[in-house]
Amino acid sequence: MDAVVAEIAIALQPFKKGDIAITADTDIAQDLNMDSLAVMDLLMELEDKFDVSIPLNMVPEIATVGQLARTVIESKKGA
Amino acid sequence: MGLLDRFKAQRELHAQVKSCGADPFGVKMEKILSATEALIEGRPTILCGSNNYLGFTFDADCIEAAKETLDTCGTGTTGSRIANGSYHDHKALEQDLADFYGMKHCMVFTTGYQANLGAISTLAGPNDFLIIDADSHASIYDACKLGSATVIRFKHNDPADLDRRLGRLANEPGNKIVVVEGIYSMLGDHAPLKEFVAVTKKHGAYILVDEAHSMGVMGKTGQGVVEHDGVLDQVDFITGTFSKSMGAIGGFLVSNIEDFDILRVACRPYMFTASLPPATVASVRKSLAKLRANPGLMQKLWDNVDTLYEGARAAGFTVGAQKGPVVAVHINDPALAARAWRALLLNGVYVNLALPPATPSGTALLRCSVSAAHTKEQLQSVVDVLSGVGRELGILPTPAHAVAAE
Repeated sequence: MDAVVAEIAIALQPFKKGDIAITADTDIAQDLNMDSLAVMDLLMELEDKFDVSIPLNMVPEIATVGQLARTVIESKKGA
Repeated sequence: MGLLDRFKAQRELHAQVKSCGADPFGVKMEKILSATEALIEGRPTILCGSNNYLGFTFDADCIEAAKETLDTCGTGTTGSRIANGSYHDHKALEQDLADFYGMKHCMVFTTGYQANLGAISTLAGPNDFLIIDADSHASIYDACKLGSATVIRFKHNDPADLDRRLGRLANEPGNKIVVVEGIYSMLGDHAPLKEFVAVTKKHGAYILVDEAHSMGVMGKTGQGVVEHDGVLDQVDFITGTFSKSMGAIGGFLVSNIEDFDILRVACRPYMFTASLPPATVASVRKSLAKLRANPGLMQKLWDNVDTLYEGARAAGFTVGAQKGPVVAVHINDPALAARAWRALLLNGVYVNLALPPATPSGTALLRCSVSAAHTKEQLQSVVDVLSGVGRELGILPTPAHAVAAE
């Protein structure tokens, strides 16, 4: 889990607001400079990084970086 | 918290755009003078952002057909096809379109938006997959939301990326439907359909192509990119609209799939909205007949495309990578794009201001669209005004700078 969060944090660097570190508790919509398009592009990038499918249907259920990491891990299991 | 308070971000963005001196999303056409000209703020203005690709909105035969039908069939159908029945021309237009595409079946919708909404949300079921181009039109995204399928997005116009993503779904039992567009409405580029069809077939998936901006524009007879790329017989579904090259409003779905007509009692955006007014249907039938009788109309359009696309490029603007009737002039900064848009309007040229997130990758665009009804002089004057505004606002180097740089 921690390794996946760390990988996601790297992908999120361009969207950081100031120097606040990205952790599992970071709220993707509120704590980062991301609009809905940027979130969809991030999912596509993570699909390739982890070789999984992350359907757009998951977007409403993913609020924090931790939840996103769990989605990636579960997709990995299902694959 | 007030009901509409949550639109804070949109409100701020809109206010920012309006600070250019006018509202680009609230332009008032005081009088429509022709297919290519309107009176705006009291000025005769060249319309160069109307998607009126063949100029059929003011075609005398189309107007005559609509007028006659208005007299014989009235102003509207006041209900849906399943409740109020189909008029003769609804069925006839479906037959015309099926015939035009050489497909067995056609369903006509009240708008192009609803054609995508209805087709895509109904064709893919809860156990199926929709694999859509990342730059898809809002109607495709909304169809995904309305439907119950699992939705995967692939990189814009990238068959290798589609291949990879379909590969990941290889062990999933559901049907897969790939959704792409012919010409993309913002940048004006078109899909590499031959490659997309090959990838789709390799994975045993279906493919749906939205030809909204390419019907009546591409291919020898105007069928769109499916014809241009020679893959008409290999695509499963085509959607399109009557509000671009056909000069009216409405949408359609054509296919050879067995049991097609079951969609008429399953597709909610078809069932629960009033059908097209008969006069509109009559004008669309006439537009389609005129395109089929004279595909040379498209040559006039492409000659005009040359004038605007090459003119803007020669002036020094960055335009979309592929030449076509949508000419997207890239302006890096949205605020600057809004000022340029306003300056164009003050100089009698109307184009579309397109801003993120409606545009891909955060670009701002002065989105121009060319019509076969434009005169060469009109398009030359659009290029001249565009160049003048570009120099005035520092988007293009002024001649003095250009000389100094040499």
